[in-house]
Amino acid sequence: MTAPLLKVDDLHITLEGDGASYNAVENVSFEIGRGDAFGLVGESGCGKSITALAVMGLLRRPLGIGKGRIVLDGEEIQNASAARLRELRGSKIGMIFQEPMTALNPLSPVGRQIAEMFVLHQSASWSEAMDRAEDALRQVRVPSPERRIRDFPHQLSGGMRQRVMIAIALACRPDLLIADEPTTALDVTVQAEIIDLMAELCAAKGTAILMISHDLGLVANMCRRVAVMYAGRIVESQGAEAIFATPRHPYTKGLVDSLPRLGERSKRGRQRLREISGVVPSIAAYPSGCRFNPRCPSVTDICRSAAPDVTALGDGLVRCHHHE
Amino acid sequence: MSDKIPSKLLELDDLAVHFHVGSALKGGVKTLKAVDGVSLEVKPGECLGLVGESGCGKSTLALSIMGLQPPTRGNIRLNGHELSARDRMETARTVQMVFQDPYASLNPRQTVRRTLADPLRIHGITNKTEVEHRVMDMMAKVGLRADRADRYPHEFSGGQRQRIGIARALILQPKLVICDEPVSALDVSIRAQIINLLLELKDEMGLAYILISHDLGVVEHVSDRVAVMYLGRIVEQGGWQEIFEDPRHPYTRALIAAIPDPFHRADAKVARAKAHGEIASALNPPPGCHFNPRCPMKANRCISEMPALEAVAEGHRAACHFRNSAA
Repeated sequence: MTAPLLKVDDLHITLEGDGASYNAVENVSFEIGRGDAFGLVGESGCGKSITALAVMGLLRRPLGIGKGRIVLDGEEIQNASAARLRELRGSKIGMIFQEPMTALNPLSPVGRQIAEMFVLHQSASWSEAMDRAEDALRQVRVPSPERRIRDFPHQLSGGMRQRVMIAIALACRPDLLIADEPTTALDVTVQAEIIDLMAELCAAKGTAILMISHDLGLVANMCRRVAVMYAGRIVESQGAEAIFATPRHPYTKGLVDSLPRLGERSKRGRQRLREISGVVPSIAAYPSGCRFNPRCPSVTDICRSAAPDVTALGDGLVRCHHHE
Repeated sequence: MSDKIPSKLLELDDLAVHFHVGSALKGGVKTLKAVDGVSLEVKPGECLGLVGESGCGKSTLALSIMGLQPPTRGNIRLNGHELSARDRMETARTVQMVFQDPYASLNPRQTVRRTLADPLRIHGITNKTEVEHRVMDMMAKVGLRADRADRYPHEFSGGQRQRIGIARALILQPKLVICDEPVSALDVSIRAQIINLLLELKDEMGLAYILISHDLGVVEHVSDRVAVMYLGRIVEQGGWQEIFEDPRHPYTRALIAAIPDPFHRADAKVARAKAHGEIASALNPPPGCHFNPRCPMKANRCISEMPALEAVAEGHRAACHFRNSAA
């Protein structure tokens, strides 16, 4: 077996605030192989985005890495220098964020923003870089790229801006693309196109994907493996098909059951949706024991007193005292 | 008060809302046809799902029905009466709205009690005991504890805030509630609670809904009938089963195909149905069928001739030249 491209091992991210220190992310471990697609799913505040920021070396105070290792292509990067991280970002790790308007520089033509990648990371000349930027726009299927390279971000639609982001992220053929809610700000038909485009380009270039989303359906379609996070911990990880067919953690089960699914009503009539009771806990008030216990339908005493360990399950893992 | 119960709670007849944008000095005034010839009806107790992407005119349509955006042409009839002839107070007692963002749509300086009691007072219910009784009754109906009445919105979670928003919409016992993306701002694990609540209240209070949503799973679950909008026009409408099982407009098929279904990974049929490109500007819609630049079934006729909304079956209509051919 070859070494994974990215290995996150026992990552803890701390949040300092109000004179206290909280563990925003705890015991997070996962691996992504070369060219693989891995999804990290969870609700707002569960720690999925800061996990991605940690991988990119972009955590800033009050957030910081408490302990754990992040190994990219054999190199430990959790303590890497700012200069080394800047080198890695763009060349080995590409990033796409949720809101392309805030991620792009509003004062710079999009062609220049793509070309910058070639100049910074591959020492290309500006004229050569601009030619390659035009090619990059063509690859992400922006119509008439020769004119569009001179456009500013505000002149493009949301979908086009996200295509520009993809062009920037994939410009230097990174080994890993981190996509944090890449389509949440887009309409559904545009979302479908952007996802297809990302998958196709990454497959062609052999780029691995770390996809972060609250949409379990989207992630399961795009990724080979999926991990579900709840309140700072990975509670379950399985292959994309298995996680829907046989979810093992009560939270995953709850998510899978609680969403109305297309076609369900014609088959079985309108069933009352299964609810997950309660609310997502805030970081300052994480319950003791299993953090899902106040909302869990199968809670027992041990869930309130002891945090469950990770149990390996064939191809995946689950963190629950009562997994079947 | 008329003594007959009208069979239609809401009727829209060729409704259009046009905006004039730009200036005569800079390139001329253009007309933006946000809503362009929409005819719809909602019966008492029925839920109409209104589907479409951003910019298709759903929210402008909702504002018109609320009486907040005067139409450029066409008629809106509520309970058989012309909306423009009714006074605002009466309209407010018939139609109410639940908004997408429960963080932005509640007054942060009003307690729940005041948020719910104000509409009653404005509408002439001044007896303190009755106001108190109705506020408490409504809080119980939406699942809020009575001892929370004197709290402010920031003390509640997103899901609870949406319950307050729903209570505020229902406190005047309206007949029609427009729910504009009622769950899309909520955490995924909270959505089922609010959808179940909306369905329970619909039965309990005999409400009719217009559910505006881009989440087709939710629309299929909740709606009795569905209307699909594209660039200001209705391109298809029918019963929920017809729309989801036998969609006739390529745009409807594209919307359904765009939903990632984890149980059936995308197959070739789905790929064919997908739309390409993005919604055109309503300022400059393409000639003929507005969907033609994105349509996988496009033919010459689609550029030259605008298809009318025509029947494909009883109660099912589609605006496509190829509504009767297979996908």
